[in-house]
Amino acid sequence: MSFQYLVRRTGTFLLVIVLAVSVNFLIPRLIPGDPIEDRLTQLSATSSGGASIDIAATAAAYRERFGLDKSLVEQYLNYWWDILHLDFGYSLANYPETVGASISAALPWTLGLVGTSTLIAFVIGSLLGGLLAWPRVPRALRGFIPLLMVISAIPYFLLGIILIYVLVIVARAFPAGGAYTFGSTLRFDLNGIADVLRHATLPAASIILAGIGSWALSMRGMMISVLGEDFIKLAHAKGLKQRRIFLWYGMRNSLLPQLTSLALVLGYVVSGSILVEVIFSYPGIGYKLYQAIQSKDYFVVQGIVLILVVSIGFALYVMDLIYPLIDPRIRYQQA
Amino acid sequence: MTTPVLRVQDLHVHYRTAAGPVKAVNGVSFDLAPGERLGLVGESGSGKTTMALALMRMLEQPARIEGGRVLLDGVDLLALSEEQMRRIRFDRLSMVPQGAMNSLNPVMRIRDQMIEIFNAHGRHPDKAERRERIGHLLERVGLKRDVADRYPHELSGGMKQRVCIAMAIALRPQVIIADEPTSALDVVVQRQVMETLGAVQKDLNAAVILVGHDMGLMAQFADRIGVMYAGRLVELAPVRQIFSAPQHPYTQMLIASIPSLEEKRLFKGIPGVAPSLLNPPSGCPFHPRCPAAFAPCPTINPALEETDAGRWVACHLHSEAVLHDSRA
Ligand SMILES: Nc1ncnc2c1ncn2[C@@H]1O[C@H](COP(=O)(O)OP(=O)(O)OP(=O)(O)O)[C@@H](O)[C@H]1O
Ligand SMILES: [Mg+2]
Repeated sequence: MSFQYLVRRTGTFLLVIVLAVSVNFLIPRLIPGDPIEDRLTQLSATSSGGASIDIAATAAAYRERFGLDKSLVEQYLNYWWDILHLDFGYSLANYPETVGASISAALPWTLGLVGTSTLIAFVIGSLLGGLLAWPRVPRALRGFIPLLMVISAIPYFLLGIILIYVLVIVARAFPAGGAYTFGSTLRFDLNGIADVLRHATLPAASIILAGIGSWALSMRGMMISVLGEDFIKLAHAKGLKQRRIFLWYGMRNSLLPQLTSLALVLGYVVSGSILVEVIFSYPGIGYKLYQAIQSKDYFVVQGIVLILVVSIGFALYVMDLIYPLIDPRIRYQQA
Repeated sequence: MTTPVLRVQDLHVHYRTAAGPVKAVNGVSFDLAPGERLGLVGESGSGKTTMALALMRMLEQPARIEGGRVLLDGVDLLALSEEQMRRIRFDRLSMVPQGAMNSLNPVMRIRDQMIEIFNAHGRHPDKAERRERIGHLLERVGLKRDVADRYPHELSGGMKQRVCIAMAIALRPQVIIADEPTSALDVVVQRQVMETLGAVQKDLNAAVILVGHDMGLMAQFADRIGVMYAGRLVELAPVRQIFSAPQHPYTQMLIASIPSLEEKRLFKGIPGVAPSLLNPPSGCPFHPRCPAAFAPCPTINPALEETDAGRWVACHLHSEAVLHDSRA
């Protein structure tokens, strides 16, 4: 990997971050009106007591407290300072909880559930897609193709609802929601882990089932075109074993575009899988985002969006760095 | 005469299409002597590639070998199991591919693409020996040793084709099939690559079947030339006689159509269209285009017969039998 390449990609990544943070800073300030005065007017109008407060004076006090009396440039620099210290302010809905604390409580659940399920779906889906394109595969497996198309067409939340109905309400085999048994404290022993896994099974299953189909279909398409290449013919002529041709010639080349999609999808993981988390009341980022939007908790929404942008940017950045290692043709490409 | 290394007997290959079987190879027979260079020519669609792939048993759906035998050292390749055939490929019967541009796996170094040949055939030379052999093979095809550490996209078309030749001779095969091995290269590089192929072929004393359109290249390279028409071998003769005294009317027209520098004349093609392999003409497949066609041609398909020593032709003009036989 050339040094130039590294510098350029790092530069692009940093630029994305700067832009994201700046937009995040600017948008609320572009909204006309003064949020503090508005809020205070609203409060005084709704408060039943007649004790009228000096709105202008109070607003000035708050403005000073939040640093809103300073110039825009100063505010912008302060904003950066806070961000670099992972300080996203307070949650409006759950004051005095900070946005940082709120997000970091939810993030591990999402990373564990959505991240793992996405990876599992990718691995199974890609392998299945590759096999479906392989001519020497038992015909029975081909029967999967229409099934996969159907499954990938069902939205994953619908799949979740079906799973809940069948396995929770009818069969009573799994808990209906949450990340662990309500009321119990989270422990890192065998029972605790088993409990967490039991709660994660259904939401994970709905994400995996829904994901496998599309991964398999796109992989199958790639694999079919790769298998038509001349180097596959030469591989057969060389007398290589089927398994080697499948893995090192077919899969290896078909996986390249899949990995780009995977990077994007993994970047999105931090936003959680909103509908699945909501349906299973799973305490991840998606659920948090849903709640924050419901309660107009702007700071939390802002924090999540910022993290989302940064993590997608980061995932693509990592992908760019890894890609030359997995596809030697990219190495000298000036892009 | 030496015993042939490869004998092809009455080979039939069909593509099973919805419209019916396309008879791409229709009863081809020939022998190949050890170390011999056989050139196969014929217009596009005459079944050369199909036959080459059939010899390696590498045809894919919807092609099917419908009959015949391919004897390599007396063993019928068509009767082997897929695993037995896999072991023969490249070990005893190897191939130089046509598309030099993407015949190599883009994500593997040349070295690894060569090592896997040894591994697939149960030869596991140790690391130092492997290095030495790969380096030696590359040098033999006129490349530097360090090409082994490159990726295909870092090589030119000619270099890639040399790598393919180095791979094809890695296990010292008895027969090498080369289907238009230089058609993707410019003329200068073409000659160089052909010289390389000729040189390594001589070293190994391997027989080569070279498929191509370029009659000039064929004249320089081949010992014998086989002419294919509509899935059949219509003439097979030593290269000098093919050029000096072609016997089959199709061969005669093929030779006449070669442009020459001395004599500037109107380009002469072969009139008429290539026959359909789905519904081939009755009798001799060439009779609708043949200027010399006569009574038996539309009904009786002439067999490939030896007219002079080492000269074979499938044409009633040169056949004794048809004059006596009324039915074939
Ligand atoms: N997949 C296929 N399905 C049906 N017919 C096919 C298929 N592949 C080839 N054919 C037919 O088989 C015949 C022989 O094709 P082949 O590729 O062997 O010709 P060729 O002599 O190698 O031609 P060229 O000189 O253009 O390479 C052609 O008439 C072609 O139309
Ligand atoms: Mg061909």
